[in-house]
Amino acid sequence: MTLIYLLGLVLVAAGAYVVGRQKGVTFAMAGGASRMHSLPSYHGAYLAVSAIAPMLLWFILWLVFAHRVVEWGGMSALPADLAPADGLAYASRLREILLVADGVQTNEVAPGVRAAGETYALWRGLSEWTLLIVGLGLALIGFAWGARQLEPQFRARNGVERFVKVLLIACSAVAVLTTVGIVFSVLFETLRFFAKYPWYDFLFGLQWSPQTAIRADQVGASGTFGAVPLFAGTTLIMLIAMSVAGPIGLFAAIFMAEYASPRVRGIVKPVLEVLAGVPTVVFGFFAALTVAPFIRSTGEALGLNVASESALAAGLVMGVMIIPFVSSLSDDVINAVPQSLRDGSYGMGATKSETIKKVILPAALPGIVSAFMLAISRAVGETMIVVMAAGLAGNLTFNPLEAVTTVTVQIKTLLVGDQEFDSAKTLSAFALGFVLFFFTLVLNFIALRIVQRYREQYD
Amino acid sequence: MDATATAARPKPTASATLPAGDPKIVAKDVNVYYAEKHALKNVSLDIPERAVMAFIGPSGCGKSTFLRCINRMNDTIASCRVVGSIKIDDQDIYDPSLDVVQLRARVGMVFQKPNPFPKSIYENIAYGPRIHGLARSKAELDEIVEQALRKASLWNEVKDRLQDTGTGLSGGQQQRLCIARAIAVSPEVILMDEPCSALDPIATAKIEELIDELRQNFTIVIVTHSMQQAARVSQRTAFFHLGVIVETGPTERIFTSPNDKRTQDYITGRFG
Repeated sequence: MTLIYLLGLVLVAAGAYVVGRQKGVTFAMAGGASRMHSLPSYHGAYLAVSAIAPMLLWFILWLVFAHRVVEWGGMSALPADLAPADGLAYASRLREILLVADGVQTNEVAPGVRAAGETYALWRGLSEWTLLIVGLGLALIGFAWGARQLEPQFRARNGVERFVKVLLIACSAVAVLTTVGIVFSVLFETLRFFAKYPWYDFLFGLQWSPQTAIRADQVGASGTFGAVPLFAGTTLIMLIAMSVAGPIGLFAAIFMAEYASPRVRGIVKPVLEVLAGVPTVVFGFFAALTVAPFIRSTGEALGLNVASESALAAGLVMGVMIIPFVSSLSDDVINAVPQSLRDGSYGMGATKSETIKKVILPAALPGIVSAFMLAISRAVGETMIVVMAAGLAGNLTFNPLEAVTTVTVQIKTLLVGDQEFDSAKTLSAFALGFVLFFFTLVLNFIALRIVQRYREQYD
Repeated sequence: MDATATAARPKPTASATLPAGDPKIVAKDVNVYYAEKHALKNVSLDIPERAVMAFIGPSGCGKSTFLRCINRMNDTIASCRVVGSIKIDDQDIYDPSLDVVQLRARVGMVFQKPNPFPKSIYENIAYGPRIHGLARSKAELDEIVEQALRKASLWNEVKDRLQDTGTGLSGGQQQRLCIARAIAVSPEVILMDEPCSALDPIATAKIEELIDELRQNFTIVIVTHSMQQAARVSQRTAFFHLGVIVETGPTERIFTSPNDKRTQDYITGRFG
């Protein structure tokens, strides 16, 4: 039904457009285009917008509220003895009702439930018809309202412009609201976790061992959730990755922007960007099967004790993975530095590298900082390479040759498999996610401030 | 060689007299190609020392190209090829053994649009002396910066805000900052590529006054679209057209009794 509705929306829009445009053309024929305020196509667009805007709004309202009303109708049709007592029973009863309503299962349920299921199906049908009829009615009203306004002097173009603005605002609102929604959904679980586990132990605890007892008599499984080792591991791997990707990416960008001929740049840049398209799992193979053993054997040859899963292996490979983020963006910003600054510097007798060091890089700094920040966010959020190459052991160490673990890896480990959703173990994943989110938010904020501070330096 | 400035801006006649002696820059049969395009054809020109030489001509006639040959700025354009010889003080600047960095320290350049670096006023001026190692101490560098700003008649306007960013100055001040930046490395020649085309008349007048003062110490070559400007500031003028020099001579003669019909047409505004 919703599909039919959306199809109807398109048809209404097209129809209203044609009618409106025709009306505009008539005005133009009658009075000459010079006396009209807007072109005929704007009359069409205005009529289309005034017809579909109420339809769209009604559709959104229906999406939000209709299923609740239908659900309430079905549940209230249950006889008193079958009425659910708590949330869990409510959900299972609703499932039964749905099965009946969909006609999947009608034999093995209680007659009361079957009746409720039939009511539910009836209400659902009604709600869909309501959607269609009210929607078309609103479209007609909107159409009539719009059509009454149309006249040669009517400012249809300004009206359409207003609609475009509202549309754009709505789209950005979706992005913002999604972020807010994510924050809140994680925040509530985090607060539940902190109700079970003290927040200062979580934030400042030095030991991470999230095994909680499944049976009461199990030994050694009380669960300590000190997140410091995880954040230390994340930071360590990020630092290793950035010390690879930072210089290599930046220098590659300088080469591409300043030294390479356009032909070479045209080849090198896409090839580097292919690196960003390699799935991280594949990088994970590479880290676990090639780099980690190589580091281990090299370390042994030097008489060092290297774990077979090491922060170094994961960090190095992650560094390679994020090179294109640094290089490609930096290359763009370096290219955006005005040629006049280069000319000025060369004209003073500066060499190429002096010009780059003293004029171009300072001018491109804000963009380079944001390139680095993007790369850091990628490194902090990366999971797969670390799972495969750095291990799961929550060691609190800054020795890159040992196994460490990161926040994202632990979140993944905590949430994989069968979990009760009210244990501290599961909820700790949300707390980790929340802190990680906060961490990257702070990074982004700092980057933004740096960019703002150095902006406007060249016009 | 006794051209005097025209009446557009009164000047003491003595300072307008060209000094005698050998020309500072001697160009012989210079040809420039941009890929396939033959932009300059057999240009030969003598540029006198401590005087202002103006290049005039319609757009695309090659005057800027020739200017950029004098400090080899055309090297930065990959498709550009220069044939012929340009000598400064009898030294061929296209000699492979010549260091282009040193050449550009001797031949400074000021561009069409003011292009101060996105740094403080002080750092803008100190840039050249630093890369060429002209100052041994902070005090010496301060002195160079002050002298350069004074010579560019900018000192009084900026002395209290040397740490402010150079891009915050007005257009005319920015251009004088760029001139000061060029002066700071004590060049012998200053090339100016339409230095006033982005400026208002008052800022233009200030720059023109400045150019007139600078010719006491520097050899100046200026490209300009404004014939009045060429008449006001220069002692010699070369008229470029379609990649060749049509006529060159004392400015006053070029503007009062040109030998070539094309020059006559251009300065009277028939084309260009």
